[in-house]
Amino acid sequence: MSETILVGIDGTEENRRAVDYAIKQAKRSKAKLILAYVIKWSPYTFQTAEENERRHKHREEDIQFVHERVMDPMLDSLASEGLEITGLVRHGQVADSLIYLAKKHDATEIVVGRIGDKSVKTLIFGSVVAKLIQLSHIPVTIVP
Amino acid sequence: MKKQSIITGTLAFLLLMLMPMLAFAQEAGGGFDALVNKIFHTVLGPFVSLIFFSVSINGVSFPLIVAWLLIAAVVLSIKFEFVQFKGVKHSIDLLRGAYSDPDNPGEVSHFQALCTALSGTVGLGNIAGVAVAISLGGPGATFWMIIAGLFGMAAKFTECTLAVKYRNEYPDGTVSGGPMYYLSKGMSDKGKPRLGKAMGVFFAVMCIFGAMGGGNMFQGNQAHQMFSNTFGLFVGSGWLFGLILAILVGLVIIGGIKSIAKVTDKIVPFMAILYVGTALIILLVNIAQIPAAIGVVLAGAFAPKAIAGGIVGVLIQGLKRAAFSNEAGVGSAAIAHAAVRTKEPLTEGYVAMLGPFIDTVIICTMTAMVIVITGAYNIEGLSGVALTSSAFQSVFPWFGTLLAGAVLLFAFSTMISWSYYGLKCWTYLFGESKGSEISYKVIFCIFVVIGCSASLGPVIDFSDAAIFAMSITNVIGLYMFMGELKVDMKDYQARLASGEIKRYK
Repeated sequence: MSETILVGIDGTEENRRAVDYAIKQAKRSKAKLILAYVIKWSPYTFQTAEENERRHKHREEDIQFVHERVMDPMLDSLASEGLEITGLVRHGQVADSLIYLAKKHDATEIVVGRIGDKSVKTLIFGSVVAKLIQLSHIPVTIVP
Repeated sequence: MKKQSIITGTLAFLLLMLMPMLAFAQEAGGGFDALVNKIFHTVLGPFVSLIFFSVSINGVSFPLIVAWLLIAAVVLSIKFEFVQFKGVKHSIDLLRGAYSDPDNPGEVSHFQALCTALSGTVGLGNIAGVAVAISLGGPGATFWMIIAGLFGMAAKFTECTLAVKYRNEYPDGTVSGGPMYYLSKGMSDKGKPRLGKAMGVFFAVMCIFGAMGGGNMFQGNQAHQMFSNTFGLFVGSGWLFGLILAILVGLVIIGGIKSIAKVTDKIVPFMAILYVGTALIILLVNIAQIPAAIGVVLAGAFAPKAIAGGIVGVLIQGLKRAAFSNEAGVGSAAIAHAAVRTKEPLTEGYVAMLGPFIDTVIICTMTAMVIVITGAYNIEGLSGVALTSSAFQSVFPWFGTLLAGAVLLFAFSTMISWSYYGLKCWTYLFGESKGSEISYKVIFCIFVVIGCSASLGPVIDFSDAAIFAMSITNVIGLYMFMGELKVDMKDYQARLASGEIKRYK
């Protein structure tokens, strides 16, 4: 059975290095590649009724926006690599969602860039990367 | 973005135009107020007396509309086999996402839907209403309030399920629903389209009046009173307070300025938790007195001393305040719950029925217990917010400031919720165009200023009457649809038991 590498995508310059690294890895081990973009979303925030009413529409728009701006251009640029690449976009908390997708698609490794999040919230609640390392059931590679 | 600023600008301009008029009204010693009062009194007075038509039991007047809501809640509880007790575990499972498909994240969660609906009911009723019930009916009123809250859960279950079942879904994925839609669509399915339409229109008209009154002017008015009493600011210049509040409301509902809504959305739950938390601390500190306090409540409920009307008097005060606080059977929260995307209408009913539980059984009871334990209800001449405030302040002297902030924020979030209920009814009547929406929203903001600037007794009476009038056609609808809903419920429970409805965690 061939291996599957899951790469977290956020559309930043720094993130591109993680993608390049994953491609090198995938070529070496003839692995499949899954690019996953997580749109930050929590089911426990408070919303007005008007936001609730439009939520479905906004959700579709968010997903389409990410496909057009980030995912599709990236898939196009990688088309010549000769690898089997799938792009996924979903809502949720970043670490939880990446782990969920990794389990669902039987991934053997998760690759993410170091996310330059230095807010107070990160100090209190820990970063996405830290959470990923603690919760993951498979090896996690962090590309600086 | 540019369109937004134009709208916001127009709004600010409109409100500025209003300013001199309101300032004049204040200076003229209520010339404007007196006129408005007179109009409301002569034209709408008979309507108010009709809705609040009361019979006298043991010398206490009992509004029949309260009996109307309570009887409906009891009938529905029996019809749905006390779903409010049997189904609570399922409600909590739904709330924590046990039945939400993990491959379809990003839609409105059950938790969010409940919070949105709660922000419309949690507010002055929980703080001031309870105190009113206790000062008029004694501590025993608390017991009857809890009983009414528990039965009210079944009414909420029914109306919110119906609201989802008969809502309108549009091609772009947005939705509109509520009693006006289930009354007209559902009755038309039953072969009575004209009756259904009439009932829906009646509901919608009353809801718009209720939104402008109880959901807007009353909230602003009380917030201003609390604010000026506590901080000594805006005394005698309610119009200025109202103007600031109207601009904030306008920025959220017209300008779609998310940041203000986001700020209140963060602070309101915080305030609610702080309020309940403070009450809990007071109760924990006095834990030894709790059995005695429960004794006082129970004794007061069945054998009250020195309460007008005896046991009936206590009962009425409790039932009345519970109905005012959780609005079960009124149909308001059903409009908020209809906005949720779910394949199974019943899931929304299960979640929605937790509303009266949290609102009346938890928060109102907390307030009541604090008032009873601190003995504040024995102080002569205290009622409403002042009574609650004095009860909390006897333990935490700083609480007055916090309570003033809480009242202001609860009032603001209640306004935002009711503005949506009124809007949905407005578009039901006048069509879903941008123009009709904007005109409603501008009128809503103008009413904020009016509500804050004057003590408009008859106007408030009218808006209370309008909110309760919503329940006239809504409750008839609940009776007409309860048969088909029972079939739906049995089917849902069977599919739940067989595992056809999948559980994910």
